[in-house]
Amino acid sequence: MTALLAATPAHLTVKIAYLSILPMLALLGGALVILVWSSLLRRPLETVWITSLTVLAATAALVLSLMQYFDVIHHGAHVAIDGAIVSDGFSAFVAVLVSAAVVVAALVGDGWLQQETIRGPEFHVLVLVSASGAMVMGAANDLIVVFLGLEILSIALYVLAAFNARRRQSGEAALKYFVLGGFSSAVFLYGIALVYGSTGTTNLPQIASYLAQNYVLHNGMLLAGLALLLVGFGFKAAAVPFHLWTPDVYQGSPSPVTGFMAAVAKVGAFAALLRVFVSSFGLLRADWQPAVWVIAVASLLLGASVALVQRDIKRMLAYSSINHAGFILLGLQAGSTKGVEGSLYYLFAYSFLALGSFAVISVVGGPGDGRHGLDRYRGLARRQPWLAGALALFLVAQAGIPPTTGFWAKLEVLQAAAGAHSYALAVIAMLSAVIAGFFYLRVVVLMYSPAGATGDGAATGTIVDTVEPARAVGDEGEPVGVAPGGEAGSGAVALLEADTGESAEPLVIPGTTGIALALCAGATVVLGIYPAWLTDFAHQATLLFHP
Amino acid sequence: MVPGALFHFSWLKIPANRIDFLTFVFSAAIVLVGAVNVVRQRNPVLAALSLVMTLFGVAVLFVEQQANFLAAVQIIVYAGAIVVLFLFVIMFLGVDREESISEEPLRGQRFWAYLLMALTFVGLLLAGLGSRFGSGVPSVAGTLNDNPAHPRSATPDVVVLGKSVFTTYLFAFEITSALLVIAVVGAVVLARRPGAGPLAEEDDDEVEVEVETAEPEEVST
Amino acid sequence: MSVPYQWDIVLSMLLFSIGAVGVLVRRNILVMFMCIELMLNAANLAFVSFARHLNDVAGQAIVFFVLVVAAAEVVVGLGIVVAMFRRRRGATADDFHLMKG
Repeated sequence: MTALLAATPAHLTVKIAYLSILPMLALLGGALVILVWSSLLRRPLETVWITSLTVLAATAALVLSLMQYFDVIHHGAHVAIDGAIVSDGFSAFVAVLVSAAVVVAALVGDGWLQQETIRGPEFHVLVLVSASGAMVMGAANDLIVVFLGLEILSIALYVLAAFNARRRQSGEAALKYFVLGGFSSAVFLYGIALVYGSTGTTNLPQIASYLAQNYVLHNGMLLAGLALLLVGFGFKAAAVPFHLWTPDVYQGSPSPVTGFMAAVAKVGAFAALLRVFVSSFGLLRADWQPAVWVIAVASLLLGASVALVQRDIKRMLAYSSINHAGFILLGLQAGSTKGVEGSLYYLFAYSFLALGSFAVISVVGGPGDGRHGLDRYRGLARRQPWLAGALALFLVAQAGIPPTTGFWAKLEVLQAAAGAHSYALAVIAMLSAVIAGFFYLRVVVLMYSPAGATGDGAATGTIVDTVEPARAVGDEGEPVGVAPGGEAGSGAVALLEADTGESAEPLVIPGTTGIALALCAGATVVLGIYPAWLTDFAHQATLLFHP
Repeated sequence: MVPGALFHFSWLKIPANRIDFLTFVFSAAIVLVGAVNVVRQRNPVLAALSLVMTLFGVAVLFVEQQANFLAAVQIIVYAGAIVVLFLFVIMFLGVDREESISEEPLRGQRFWAYLLMALTFVGLLLAGLGSRFGSGVPSVAGTLNDNPAHPRSATPDVVVLGKSVFTTYLFAFEITSALLVIAVVGAVVLARRPGAGPLAEEDDDEVEVEVETAEPEEVST
Repeated sequence: MSVPYQWDIVLSMLLFSIGAVGVLVRRNILVMFMCIELMLNAANLAFVSFARHLNDVAGQAIVFFVLVVAAAEVVVGLGIVVAMFRRRRGATADDFHLMKG
């Protein structure tokens, strides 16, 4: 063995700075341990154990990414593994955010899996692997690594979207997501090809140095490549001309998956978008800023206005996420360090709001995860004060009302836009925030209004469905899943094993989902009251950002 | 041939080497006929076979550009695995009937799509025509051809490619394993029977087998 | 000397456009997947041509990774199709009317 190593030419060995990839390795390693362990056992592993392992792996990743962050603070940013990835404040920030999101998503997923009586480690394995893709995107220093991270993130999400095999909508959502996602990946790849052809490299700092050292007179090919990259990222981030998949996929996917998708897919897409556009193509700012301006305005206005007329809360939140994408693009459009800081702050705040909102939705959706009409939220505060309170908090924060993280996030990106003299954009953003405030507050008012006639109907319907979840009935009254009644009955029993334990209540919050909600709500309120910590974190993340 | 630009149009001149020229023309024709047939063909089986044609043409073009290893992988992976998978699924689902593409639910969509295609192509072409390709950048990953004067006697491409994959692209190579994990786990998840209730008593492998034996009756109705 | 690499670039642009329009006009899910494969192949062709022009191995290495990605993507995509269409026949996108718009 040593002889073999000695025989290896020195130029063929790559020095690996393990600290820079340890957070990803923790997630991937956790996934493999779960997979191997559960396949070695004769009896299927209890979901509780799988969830605990997932949370453990994600917590380990969180700790390791914080270590990476402090290492970067003390020793400076550096590239690792022959320039494939970079370890800087930005990548550490993304890693922290993604790990935290995995903790929450695993807890929410646990409650949902027990409710649906789905056994097996696959959900958590896919969540872990998908999250590692988002982390790779945050740390990528080469366009091909960005592409691979994007694919790891997306392909796992396609499967997760199809995870609820009993609901037909889930499969449809997955198929739609897959076709449009595959299309956008191909567009993105062609964009990489054109950038490679124009600059001669796919390495992000080298693209930047090529553009700095060469004045490219005829750069049509480069700009075409840049446009295709923007289209690819726009699809993943659900920005407006490329948002067509969002409402259907958000509605059709299982609710915990939707929350994960809304948070982590956006984080990955925006992290790579910010790094590629601001650090590599920063010199071409004047060329891409108008395009980003148009996309941001379209996302802000369309997201806010179409959400107003939605009757389904998941569709409403899908359009709201489009609106949020517009806000995050504000930071990109500014093209400055301040803008990147604002976008990172917004991503952090939004991730927990999205995860929390969809956690509540997955509880309210009930067995079968099929009832998401807004009517179902009428009088929720009376039936489930804690659940309604949590959702109200997340919606109020998304509307940008202080003292929540949502307010500071909006403030940060608006300051960045104003700092870059994009006053029109800032005004449009504020206008869209006002429009968006209506539909968030409408749901809040609905929850705290006394249950009317329809509310009673929904409540009785809930009880019936809890007793017989096999006949899961969608909003439109179509049967959306046919499960044999016998097995589903055990699901109803499993449902009652929750901390509230009130069998009279049709809605039961699973204990794990309760913890997840507490985490999200805590992050929203604590960081909303003490915003300095997160502001500093986001600021440090951009100071070390390789320009 | 002026290196580094589509701008000067001298590349439109037919090159002296007629064999290379004819190879290009034939393989380009194969590629385009196959691609158009994938889009036009009503029968999915024939569309898949047209896809093989295109993939083969692309492989020939790879060989022409001294990417011999990639040409082999292209044939093995694409034609050998991916298209076979397509054909398997087409047959498995029994959707090999002709699809009536003349009855479009949205009239005029087709026209706009073709217009969009023309615009995409013309846009890319114009962007390319008005651009200067990068050249002379210090190569990160290593030079492809260390003997430009005699390309056929240079270091074989598989050696160069292997070196770069295990050095510069080591990280990229390693994380592709995550993709394969996803593909395996995804196949297991998706092969589950819907509505089978708790899968507690069965292993995933057994579920898969059951699906494969049970399905043909269902789809053949 | 073989043909100018620009010919391959123009060919790859044509292939990419054909694939893109195929995804947009076809209703058959499987054919849509095939058109996505056409687009990926167009990118591969462009990468190989640029790699030859730049005399840089990066373009070829990328193609290698794209092949892996394409394989994984097709496995998952076809898995979704199989899971979806077990219960009924015909794989056309217009069968999806459960969700509006």
